[in-house]
Amino acid sequence: MPIIEAKNLTKVFGKNPKQALELLEQGFSKEEILKKTGSTVGVNRASFSVEPGEIFVIMGLSGSGKSTLVRLINRLIEPTEGSILINGQDLAKMDKKALRQVRREKLGMVFQRFALFPNRTVLQNTEFGLEIQKVSKEERTKKATEALKMVGLGGYLDQQPNQLSGGMQQRVGLARALANDPQILLMDEAFSALDPLIRKDMQDELIDLQSTMKKTIIFITHDLDEALRIGDRIALMKDGTIVQIGTPEEILMNPANDYVERFVEDVDRTKVLTAEHIMKRPETINTDKHGPRVALERMKEAGISSILAVDSKRNLKGYVTADDASEAKKKDIRDISEILRTDIKQVEKGTSMHEIFTIINGSPIPTAVVEDGRLVGIIVRGAVIAALAGDSEVNYENV
Amino acid sequence: MFNTLKDWFINGIPIAEGTEWLTDQITEKFSFLFDPIKEHLGNFMDFTTDNLLLVPPVIIIIIVALVAFFLSGKKLGLAVFSILGLWLIYNQGFWEHLINTFALVLIASLLSVIVGVPVGILMSKSKTAESIIKPILDFMQTMPAFVYLIPAVAFFSIGMVPGIFASLIFATPPTVRFTNLGIRQVSKELIEASEAFGSTGMQKLLKVELPMAKATIMAGINQTVMLALSMVVIASMIGAPGLGREVLSALQRAQVGTGFVAGIGIVILAIIIDRFTQSANSKKH
Repeated sequence: MPIIEAKNLTKVFGKNPKQALELLEQGFSKEEILKKTGSTVGVNRASFSVEPGEIFVIMGLSGSGKSTLVRLINRLIEPTEGSILINGQDLAKMDKKALRQVRREKLGMVFQRFALFPNRTVLQNTEFGLEIQKVSKEERTKKATEALKMVGLGGYLDQQPNQLSGGMQQRVGLARALANDPQILLMDEAFSALDPLIRKDMQDELIDLQSTMKKTIIFITHDLDEALRIGDRIALMKDGTIVQIGTPEEILMNPANDYVERFVEDVDRTKVLTAEHIMKRPETINTDKHGPRVALERMKEAGISSILAVDSKRNLKGYVTADDASEAKKKDIRDISEILRTDIKQVEKGTSMHEIFTIINGSPIPTAVVEDGRLVGIIVRGAVIAALAGDSEVNYENV
Repeated sequence: MFNTLKDWFINGIPIAEGTEWLTDQITEKFSFLFDPIKEHLGNFMDFTTDNLLLVPPVIIIIIVALVAFFLSGKKLGLAVFSILGLWLIYNQGFWEHLINTFALVLIASLLSVIVGVPVGILMSKSKTAESIIKPILDFMQTMPAFVYLIPAVAFFSIGMVPGIFASLIFATPPTVRFTNLGIRQVSKELIEASEAFGSTGMQKLLKVELPMAKATIMAGINQTVMLALSMVVIASMIGAPGLGREVLSALQRAQVGTGFVAGIGIVILAIIIDRFTQSANSKKH
């Protein structure tokens, strides 16, 4: 069961939401509605569901409604229409008291500009969520200290937030959200105010944290690289509407429309694509069965000058070149192992293209892609270049 | 109906008569309220003044100087000024008047804060309340202060209590305005943070908004205290004792010298109170 489910979630800012809703139904655009009614459509009928333990990234440029959408999830902004189910309970229909309870127990939030209370120490900031639940001083200090240790700030309990660097302040923000032990973390552009190196560290740490704590994370960002890096799935927003939801690969490979396509155009694909995406089905011979003669025939057939050799279990053994094979044929050598070469380069299935570059560089023979020692594909240079050029013919059917 | 309108048109709308009638009505109907206020407040004022006068001036001066020393971050300036200034007032024989004035300012300011801060909070929370209260505050501040003396006397007769009443009306607006402003200026993200973690309205107010707005509210209170002090001369016209009365009587008898000395006394008191409230505010930052 999804932990969060948004159905038709809509927010209209302005005096006449009803009229705007009607126009939305009729298919008018955001600009037309603004002109006609003076109301701004913040979020337009967004529907999505998030599974427990998932990192769900909502991404879009400024003004796309992503920050509004995340605030609809914990009802910091009242939805005009639609429902938001958390563990099956509709937040949009809850009274204030029940809503507070859900916010306290299930939802933690991390803010773009940290939103730390300047009049409180790091520890007191982290305790805030527990304090308003009237947890005893002793227990909340214990829990908050644990949360701070988890984000690597165990030694800064009594500092004032403004004495810390941006990265550290956001760690406090994260610790404050974690101290309540919520199932869901809402992160509103949490790393956008940090400089790039620290941002990358924080992204890595978030992924680590998530893999150990199994939180469900809704992450808002305007940075596609960030979205691709940390997202299990990404929802792309434009003008308040979700235009595409999918895994990073799906978004990159199969943009739903021109907008998404233009968006992903500039992405550094080398960081996202892995060996799996660009490998081809390899021509092979079986060292247990075949000799040089078969090898030579297959190479001729495929028009290649070398061929990979595997055993019956598809464990990679090496490769045979056409020259060696014809030499062996002349000398009437039957055992393929005599001409088997083993100086082959291999990469794991998940290796990023970034790394493949340096491996493949200067190697005349194709690179083998292996999974647990078994051959799953080969990478030829042409495929690498094609992928970089944004050629969507790359075989994502392997994904 | 029409005749009344015609009459108003020709002879003028009887605003003055109406106000008088209203004041009379209030005086009469609410005397059950005003009389105890007058009595208790009067007693409280006398109690405060009498007790302060029991303490030898030297001790008060030393205490004020010590507080000044620590409040200003262990700097000597304000402490030395307090000693010299207060000693000068004592030396000129105005000590009792000083205490009277101080008690008046203290109590008027306290009441202003007690009334003003909650009203300011209300204003910051509700747009309707803000749009109603704002013009009332403008009215309170721009109406010449002397005008308040008239109903004050009607309600509380003469003495210290009507003085406090007039000061209250004149001095409360800054506290209300600054409280409103301070709370509205709290960053939206901090408000969202407190709500996102499930604060109740009261928790949000006490744990986030008021602490964040504290500096601004204190600036408003500082203004309130200064305005209350500026009312002492005016309040002396309806019999409030203190340095103001000395100024007033000097004015009536054209005694430049006495008037000047009493005026200096007010200035000294004003500077000390101002620096005290300001440094209490800036201490944290």
